[in-house]
Amino acid sequence: MVYQLLAVMVVVLLVWLLVSNTLANMRLRGIQSGFDFLMQPAGFDIGESWLDYDGTSPYWKAFLVGLINSLRVAVIGCVLATVLGTLLGIGRFSRNALVRGICYGYVELFRNIPLLLQLLMWYLIFIEYLPLHNQALSIGKAIFLSKNGLAFPSFDWTQGQLQFPAPGDMQIEGGATLSPEFMAVLLGLVLYTAAFIAEVVRAGIASVPKGQHEAGTSIGLSRSKTMRLIVLPQALRLIVPPLTNQYLNLTKNSSLAVAVGYPELVSIANTSLNQSGRAVECIAIIMLVYLLLSLGTSLLMNWFNRRVAIKER
Amino acid sequence: MTQTFVAMSARPAPTQTTPIASLLRQQLFSNVPSALLSIALIAVTLWLAFKGLRWGVMDAVFAANADQCQAARGIGACWGVVNEKASFILLGRYPQADQWRPVLATFALMAPVLASCLPRFRQASLAWIWIVGIAVFFILMGGGVLRLDKVPTDLWGGLPLTLMLSVLSMLFALPLAVLVALGRRSNMPAIRSLCLVYVELVRGVPLISVLFMASFMFPLFMPVGKSPDVLIRVVVGITLFAAAYMAEIVRGGLQTVGRGQQEAAASMGLSYWQTQRKIVLPQALGAVVPSMVNNFISLFKDTGYPFSSTDGKIAKWIHPKQPR
Repeated sequence: MVYQLLAVMVVVLLVWLLVSNTLANMRLRGIQSGFDFLMQPAGFDIGESWLDYDGTSPYWKAFLVGLINSLRVAVIGCVLATVLGTLLGIGRFSRNALVRGICYGYVELFRNIPLLLQLLMWYLIFIEYLPLHNQALSIGKAIFLSKNGLAFPSFDWTQGQLQFPAPGDMQIEGGATLSPEFMAVLLGLVLYTAAFIAEVVRAGIASVPKGQHEAGTSIGLSRSKTMRLIVLPQALRLIVPPLTNQYLNLTKNSSLAVAVGYPELVSIANTSLNQSGRAVECIAIIMLVYLLLSLGTSLLMNWFNRRVAIKER
Repeated sequence: MTQTFVAMSARPAPTQTTPIASLLRQQLFSNVPSALLSIALIAVTLWLAFKGLRWGVMDAVFAANADQCQAARGIGACWGVVNEKASFILLGRYPQADQWRPVLATFALMAPVLASCLPRFRQASLAWIWIVGIAVFFILMGGGVLRLDKVPTDLWGGLPLTLMLSVLSMLFALPLAVLVALGRRSNMPAIRSLCLVYVELVRGVPLISVLFMASFMFPLFMPVGKSPDVLIRVVVGITLFAAAYMAEIVRGGLQTVGRGQQEAAASMGLSYWQTQRKIVLPQALGAVVPSMVNNFISLFKDTGYPFSSTDGKIAKWIHPKQPR
């Protein structure tokens, strides 16, 4: 009891010290505080945005754009990394030695290089080695890959028809475009996380007893059917909890996109912080949003985990 | 009638196959889809190797010549730059004349790490080796004493800085992690919930935001007029971040130690701290060495972040149009 009181007192004292220091410092430097700045115009432009946003929009809208950009890369990244990671994990059990070797090499290569370096590498490759927009690599006049990014046909709801992109004078016009920054971040996150997911999947499959494989074969199932119907459903129980960790990591790692100039939440908050000087508030917003995202993902995956767990009757 | 024993004739020897050929057949060409896949993969690998060879060797520029490198842009590598900038890449903007100091300092920092790996040095004197190693590192890097020129920390860079950040953060994070892990299993509710909040709060946010906080909010936290050096802020940030992850690993290890061990210790009359130090922790920490190593590796990879976030140097250099 004495120790508890002591610990609580130390923590309270520490917090009080920090808060009083902060307030004193802020008063001394003339820093204003409060969240009222969220209503003021942000005054900076954002490269890509799904909302209609411009320099006169308020700060809260800038943060919202950043959040949507973060979520966009995180959600698409989780889906793609799961697909690639599962294939790589299963590939580690292939009968073909070459497939086994390549999957092993991939995992060791990609998970041992810092993610920041991989993001910078993809970004440099995109802006350095891809052709200009008028010489874009194209697949059947529908998908174009150039320094402008990846352009692909989009569905126009007002006219009710597909819009095809085509190289114009200044850029590729029409259709929808993914910016090089977005693609670099997405590619880097997917390739990096897939290496970790591959190991999670491998551990899950390895945990299923060999007898299950043999039982599947003995009732005449092919190897792929044994994997799909017998082994993977059982492996899923071991895979889901660490897979959740990887999703959380991917979401948090998307904050590294600040290094290649993709306007996600941390990057927007950093710019807002430099412009408005509200350091405490901007950092509080980042932390709160990521905490909510992490808790949300955890809750969702825990629900999924309960569904795949062994039902003891 | 006497029967004479006639031995059966020996089985014929198995037909000789060259091991390589049969291995290849078994591993790569066992059936048609597998064979097709193998051929496709070999083709792709060869194509990539050829492209890489052209970029890295045949079309590359080895001399440090700006015009030639500009001409080879997008076609071949420019290794001359790497050669010319080698000291900048490894040591950062450290003054040219004093570059022997960071080299020596790196060895001084690595000596205690190596000593910790050798069983012969595992005794009380190891703590002294660490203290001396770290002290020598900072004296050599910072200077200001022993007639060494003073070098401010914003000129430090490269490998010595990366190693210093990761070694110091690991060193400080481990004891903190053990304390937090013990706190999470404590039967005192106040301490348990404090540790829980700390771990979940830190694990829920990205490292970059912790570093942001360290670089922007630390100066505000300190008493008026005092602001710790940027390196101290970064070390504290990484330590607090790593300790939360490590605490969960240590807690996993604590769970593997059976209840009987604690009861046995209690029956021998050991106090709480004696039990933890002599009975529980040695077993728990031993069980989590592999996860701990994983954590160390990812921490080492993360030490590159401060230089992309706290001052935005990389981001500015690579992306001039970014608003800052």
